[in-house]
Amino acid sequence: MAEVIVFAVAAAACLAGALGVVLVRNPVHAALMLVMTLFGIAVLFVAQQAHFLAAVQVIVYAGAIVVLFLFVIMLLGVDRAAQLSLGALPQQRWVAAVFGITGLAVLVWLVAAVDRLFDGSGGENEVLTDALTDTAADTYGTSVNDIARSLFSDYVYAFELTSLLLIVAVIGTVILARRSEYSAATDEASR
Amino acid sequence: MSSALSDLAVTTSWYLVLGALLFLIGGCGLLVRRNPLVMLMCVELMLNGVNLSFVAFADRFGDVNGHTVVLFVLVVAAAEVVVGLGLVVAVLRASPRATADDLSALKG
Repeated sequence: MAEVIVFAVAAAACLAGALGVVLVRNPVHAALMLVMTLFGIAVLFVAQQAHFLAAVQVIVYAGAIVVLFLFVIMLLGVDRAAQLSLGALPQQRWVAAVFGITGLAVLVWLVAAVDRLFDGSGGENEVLTDALTDTAADTYGTSVNDIARSLFSDYVYAFELTSLLLIVAVIGTVILARRSEYSAATDEASR
Repeated sequence: MSSALSDLAVTTSWYLVLGALLFLIGGCGLLVRRNPLVMLMCVELMLNGVNLSFVAFADRFGDVNGHTVVLFVLVVAAAEVVVGLGLVVAVLRASPRATADDLSALKG
């Protein structure tokens, strides 16, 4: 019963925040709405015993990514950041409507299928679910130790590649955002 | 009524539906909104919907690898936001009156 209430509150926060990001005009408000969604998801992570991921979610997303968004909005000036937006092209709204309706239809169909697969008692699906569960369930744990064992054994190459990705992203952004001698000179000339 | 409520349990499909809804809202926002900053936020929404599904499956099947994948998604999302915001700042510095359409200048 308690977990139903936790799910309902967190899911409502997630969906309200997501709709807010899409519908609100002011980009600062959109960023704050994004924080609401991210916190809701962190609560849902805790509800599924993913405590480490919940902490990382709050620290990295709410603490770093949203702050970066707000930093850039403030750097550009709130008015100018809002000016960036144009009215949607007419065909964009159509594409979005088709995407949304198709997605919802697929979702309804999947809910029926998934319910049969996971929670139902259908013949061969139950066997499939049992087989999937048996492969890992005996060693399942979600502590930092377990995640680290997976990260530094099975995924060690991918982990090393992420360090490369982060270095490339940081160097690229510094070069992008750096004011070069040439553009500084043209800025002076245009003033 | 109260017995029906107390029988209610949160199953994996609830989390999957919520993740899919977040993905859909983010996708629709990405298509409708034309402010590049808000478009990046909508991409974050989509990634978070997928993260929620990964954790739900990890919990359902007792496989910690789902959590590891979420960590990688976090790293890629952080890198994506950094580069995307850097591009927005650079384009706005080059042409102060730029709009989302002017990002097509990046084609080179």
